[in-house]
Amino acid sequence: MSKDPVIEAKSLSVNYPLGKGLFGPRAYLSAVDNISLNIEKGSFFGLVGESGSGKTTLGRALLKAAPISEGEVFYRDEDVSHDLRTIKGLELKDYRKRAQLIFQDPYAALSPRMTVRDIIAEPLEVMGLTKTRAETDARVREIAAKCRLNLEHLRRFPHAFSGGQRQRISIARALVSGPKFIVADESVAALDVSIQADVLNLLKTIQRDMGISFLFISHDLSVVAHTCDHVAVMYLGNLVETAPTRSLFTRPRHPYTSALLSAIPSLDPDDTREAEKLTGEIPSPANPPKGCKFHTRCRFARDACKAERPQLREMAPGHMVACHFAEEFDFSENGALQSA
Amino acid sequence: MSLISVQDLTIRFATDEGLITAVEDVSFDIAPGEILGLVGESGSGKSVTAKALMRLNGGNTRYDERSTITLGVPGEAPVEVLSLKRERDMGPIRGGAVSMIFQEPMASFAPAITVGQQMVEQLLIHTKMTKSQARKHAIEMLDRVGIPDPARRFEQYAFEFSGGMRQRAMIAMALSTSPKLLIADEPTTALDVTIQAQVIDLMKDLVREFGMGILFITHDLGVIAQTADKVAVMYLGKLVETGTVRQVIRTPGHPYTRGLIDALPKLSDLDAPLTPVPGDIPSPLNRPAGCVFHTRCPLAKPGLCDAVVPQAETLPDGQSVACLFAQDIYSKEGAA
Ligand SMILES: Nc1ncnc2c1ncn2[C@@H]1O[C@H](COP(=O)(O)OP(=O)(O)OP(=O)(O)O)[C@@H](O)[C@H]1O
Ligand SMILES: Nc1ncnc2c1ncn2[C@@H]1O[C@H](COP(=O)(O)OP(=O)(O)OP(=O)(O)O)[C@@H](O)[C@H]1O
Ligand code: SF4
Ligand code: SF4
Ligand SMILES: [Mg+2]
Ligand SMILES: [Mg+2]
Repeated sequence: MSKDPVIEAKSLSVNYPLGKGLFGPRAYLSAVDNISLNIEKGSFFGLVGESGSGKTTLGRALLKAAPISEGEVFYRDEDVSHDLRTIKGLELKDYRKRAQLIFQDPYAALSPRMTVRDIIAEPLEVMGLTKTRAETDARVREIAAKCRLNLEHLRRFPHAFSGGQRQRISIARALVSGPKFIVADESVAALDVSIQADVLNLLKTIQRDMGISFLFISHDLSVVAHTCDHVAVMYLGNLVETAPTRSLFTRPRHPYTSALLSAIPSLDPDDTREAEKLTGEIPSPANPPKGCKFHTRCRFARDACKAERPQLREMAPGHMVACHFAEEFDFSENGALQSA
Repeated sequence: MSLISVQDLTIRFATDEGLITAVEDVSFDIAPGEILGLVGESGSGKSVTAKALMRLNGGNTRYDERSTITLGVPGEAPVEVLSLKRERDMGPIRGGAVSMIFQEPMASFAPAITVGQQMVEQLLIHTKMTKSQARKHAIEMLDRVGIPDPARRFEQYAFEFSGGMRQRAMIAMALSTSPKLLIADEPTTALDVTIQAQVIDLMKDLVREFGMGILFITHDLGVIAQTADKVAVMYLGKLVETGTVRQVIRTPGHPYTRGLIDALPKLSDLDAPLTPVPGDIPSPLNRPAGCVFHTRCPLAKPGLCDAVVPQAETLPDGQSVACLFAQDIYSKEGAA
């Protein structure tokens, strides 16, 4: 696998202004706070983290669908290179073709009055990627077949489909413009386990056969463990840990990651292993704690944690952790994969 | 007496394409303080069943005349839910004794008013609280479901919340009136595991404190294993298996339940391929004859499974399974 990143973010921040001037005139909420990350070509990059930690916002910023307040983001493939901070006009149009979003909710995302064929064809028409109706049809059929939708399906309206089929329709729509990078935001969260397995297999096939890179946002850690090759963990707008999947699940190194893994509900009703409870208030992203943002809930916090914000540093090959005292901890016990 | 008793529930919808059967002969009971998990394929009729308990299905709904749903709140006269005729009689089942957390969080919030206003209004309708008590209680509930800075969030609109926060606000709203029966339709789908653990603890507290019963719809079998007392598995409108959590998850008796458990991504083996139940769910417009699962069942016997409707049978260890070969499968493979 090539090591070139398709997405390179450097010190990226996304700030939203806070309404009503409650915190004075220039108050803002830093939904993504100084994040640097590389998504390698062809990788299936997982993003997990607390609700409200900024996962969706980060995904949208990488698609140039949320404001890039500070820092830089670059997109690169074999043909082009885009600087997303300054991109506009024709270049932005080109980027829209190369980077796509698969929505979380297959029910809400599809217009009920359009046939499946029209839903899939719409991006081609809006972006002017095909010249004739025949060309559009051919392209739609090719992509539909990849997503296991047949000709008869194409004539119908979305309400006639099951959740999994609808999700395949959204995937087909995202694929039709020939993207190289896809953000899948909780794309399997609403699906039952069997359909979920089916859709995940489809996404993996697409990644392999079409060389598409994925940012896969999910709160389901077992799904992430099975599908992603690399995982990043977010907390209050920061990346606290990023590592190859196996490394993260065998030996989490950040106290927050360890708490996350310990909270995965076990399939065994008699498994009484208590989730490591995170104590303390969940801080507001509008007013995050100083120093390590996790210190208000970390059971290992000490004075140094309140004073200085830890930066990501490499502790094992490709395994980066933002915690002052990570060397002292051994969370292998909470690693979901017990190392043999 | 059961808090809710559902007997032979059959639900059909009148559509342009004809009458479709979404739920067929479903029966279950929930006692006060009990959590029943309902799992099953997308489109199998879980939400439709849940909405029936509150009579929230659309105008094209036809409940079969043999179907009964009885709400038995301790100390109050039982309510025949399907016999309620007038909107104004539905108070007890809509936000009074029964409260629901919907699958689509956005749908439960009115876009034009703040989350706080909406919570307060609901409390004023269903409880005897004053406005200032309601406000205090609403903020307290937002806090209990783990919403940071609840007093500020109280003043915001739902669209300003992250997906998971919206879901928690909805849970806070549903629990704020202390319902006797909570219907939770995929309540933790958008939540990360630590918040999920917190919300589940809160629900369990309410079960203990107030004897609340819960119908818990989710496809997360781990969550079911850790919260529910009993599980019911649904496929194409039928309950194919019911039993205690241990019975159903440890020793699933129905081929569909086995398929569901096999499809789960397991942390013990990351390289194991994910194996979906093969094929697609048939359209409710042409429900298969015989066993509804026969078009996808690896054990289906032609001539039998496509002709004979299996009745629920009780296996030696107590769970009830609707499969013609339930006893055979059980005696061959047995309980572990
Ligand atoms: N358009 C917006 N205006 C103001 N604040 C916003 C907006 N979108 C998101 N936020 C805030 O930014 C923060 C991060 O939200 P985001 O949706 O990225 O979180 P998330 O990690 O995707 O959470 P979830 O897992 O719940 O979906 C939250 O505090 C949220 O309230
Ligand atoms: N008002 C209605 N008119 C016609 N058909 C309906 C109506 N409401 C639901 N249905 C159909 O009833 C079936 C059962 O739907 P239901 O929403 O209960 O599924 P579910 O088990 O909750 O699925 P999911 O896991 O995807 O939420 C589906 O085929 C659905 O299309
Ligand atoms: S830096 Fe301190 S507070 Fe932050 S995770 Fe590490 S030990 Fe905990
Ligand atoms: S009755 Fe036949 S088709 Fe149905 S679950 Fe049993 S073996 Fe499979
Ligand atoms: Mg999100
Ligand atoms: Mg549903």
